Amino acid sequence: MTSDMILPFYQALTADVTALAAQVTVPSTDAVQSIRRKALERFTAMGLPTLKTEAWRYSNIQRYLKEFPYELLNNAAPVAPTVAQQAAIPELDCYRVVLVNGHLQADQSTLPEGKGITIGAMSAYADAPGFVTYFNQQHHLETESLAQLNTALFADGLYIELAANTVLDRPIHVIHVYSCTAHSFIQPRHLWVLNRNAAATIIESSVHPETTAVAFANSVVETVVQENAELWHYCVQQGEDSFREVSTTAAQQFKDSRYHHFSVTLPGTPFTRNNTSVALNGSHTETNLNGLYITNKHQHVDNHTFMDHIMPDCNSNELYKGVLLDDSNGVFTGKILVHQEAQKTNAFQQNNNLLLGSKADINSQPQLEIYADDVKCSHGFTAGQFSEESMFYLRSRGIGEEAAKALMVNAFSHDITDAIHVPALQHFLQEQIAEIMNN
Amino acid sequence: MLTIKNLHAEVEGKKILKGINLEINKGEMHAIMGPNGSGKSSLASVLAGRDNYTVTEGEVWFNGKNLLDLSPEDRAREGVFLAFQYPVEIPGVSNLNFLKTALNEIRAYKGLPALEAREFLKLTKEKQQLVDFHSNLMNRSLNEGFSGGEKKRNEIFQLAMLDPQLAILDETDSGLDIDALRIVSSGVNKLRDAEKSFVVITHYQRLLEYIIPDFVHVLYNGRIIKTGTKELALELEERGYDWLKEELHLKESV
Repeated sequence: MTSDMILPFYQALTADVTALAAQVTVPSTDAVQSIRRKALERFTAMGLPTLKTEAWRYSNIQRYLKEFPYELLNNAAPVAPTVAQQAAIPELDCYRVVLVNGHLQADQSTLPEGKGITIGAMSAYADAPGFVTYFNQQHHLETESLAQLNTALFADGLYIELAANTVLDRPIHVIHVYSCTAHSFIQPRHLWVLNRNAAATIIESSVHPETTAVAFANSVVETVVQENAELWHYCVQQGEDSFREVSTTAAQQFKDSRYHHFSVTLPGTPFTRNNTSVALNGSHTETNLNGLYITNKHQHVDNHTFMDHIMPDCNSNELYKGVLLDDSNGVFTGKILVHQEAQKTNAFQQNNNLLLGSKADINSQPQLEIYADDVKCSHGFTAGQFSEESMFYLRSRGIGEEAAKALMVNAFSHDITDAIHVPALQHFLQEQIAEIMNN
Repeated sequence: MLTIKNLHAEVEGKKILKGINLEINKGEMHAIMGPNGSGKSSLASVLAGRDNYTVTEGEVWFNGKNLLDLSPEDRAREGVFLAFQYPVEIPGVSNLNFLKTALNEIRAYKGLPALEAREFLKLTKEKQQLVDFHSNLMNRSLNEGFSGGEKKRNEIFQLAMLDPQLAILDETDSGLDIDALRIVSSGVNKLRDAEKSFVVITHYQRLLEYIIPDFVHVLYNGRIIKTGTKELALELEERGYDWLKEELHLKESV
């Protein structure tokens, strides 16, 4: 298909985005409508990112948006429970939330219940105090046009709020099913709020069962980790060939809180862009951003991270590791902004890559902006191949070349997999990595 | 078991081995000594299949198979084991997982099923005792943060686990204090049997007080210039290598 035959949705995005807004029919409050209108204005002013947009220099999103004649899809047809089951993690004792195109499927879900736990569709909780206080408040969203597009046009999503001192006894596994009969652009929107001293583990995976109709998801998750609360947030991306994804995670942390974010991207989806940003609105916080991407074929994975040190005495650690096979491309951007007030900041960043494919490449960009004078910040980048000496050592013990590579990739990724605190998930990912390397 | 005929090898165009001839039979313990740079470790590397060495001439036969045609892993699976002079640290690969993978790959090559977890652990416990290898090292990453002695003991422990027919020990004694040397040597001695052969490469006669060789070969300038019994090692300890070099030059100038 040539690009001039395209594409009502793409044209609407570039010319008449208000017409799309009319399609959004999810009931909502006036406050939300007003936020949506502003987002639409901002999106219209910014437009879609181009290769001249600094944050998108290495990811040609327009090419992927023009690739198929997408339609904006806001609703969900029923999907058999076997579909969500495909994303199940063996031996994982968890609550389960199944969303189809962002819409909660209560009959397929096992939701946590009890005092202090609020969980349900975003559309049902627009009046909830956590929603009113935090929805669309993470200020980084304002500078990202695709996040604005999501705010303007999102259909629905998952709302979670844990009251103060509420600790979930098991992880919540959120399974995003993207289901469509025609090529579709799908925009779920989620907000997860942990109030004071609350703690939770949330694992996200996705499934797109169709092979002929391509789904492009542009999702936004906002997380709020209030005073002394702790959130473990895992994103497992094992998409299909007919799936594309821009996934934005915007976190806010308050005093003494801990936020551990894992982004694991495995082969499958040709195009993945992860925007991960954390705004530190309180002191003495701890943040761990962990990323692992193992890519093959012509896969393109772009991890765009932003650690915003607004307040003093905060610690952040960022480690992204990539194994690039075949002709795949990786992009890593790590922005660390230390405001003038944010004295005694510790902010560390590492991006290490194994370039194993003959045409594989990585573009890595640390961006440190430091306005305080009493801080410890560092960044590092490596790209290399397997150590020949290590390979020879393994082979000299009878381990074949392929098995040796699988061992080495597992070893390379162990800093990330070791930090996973859910054993079933850790085991699952180690197995997945071994399987990828053995094929 | 192993026959080396007129073996020549070079690395980056530099000739290192210049015609090695050696015959090793079942159950024999051979020591290879020689001054620095004589080609001792290179011989070990060529036998194990390190790929920066190019064999330019000669043959190596192992149990009727042309060893030089085999990949490093197939040499190991056929029963050749090299204890490294400098064992490699591989963070993230656990000792246990590494050994299990190696053992099962060798078993699969021989058409044997993978060892059951229980059998594997039993074997591990048994062999650990040979070299006093602490259990807490087993779950650690391969050689990572191990002391010199622990690394060398790990080599002998692997040797015991993989049970090769031919073990080549490349300067296993270097860098060891006397206690570690005793432990390592006693491990090797316990592994000696009528089926297994050893090539012990060493710079020092000291090791040969603990591991008694059947034959001692002196390697110099890429060739074996003298072969004898354990007494030769003592003589070398007393007189050094110069007298041998002189003998050689006299012979060559005739």
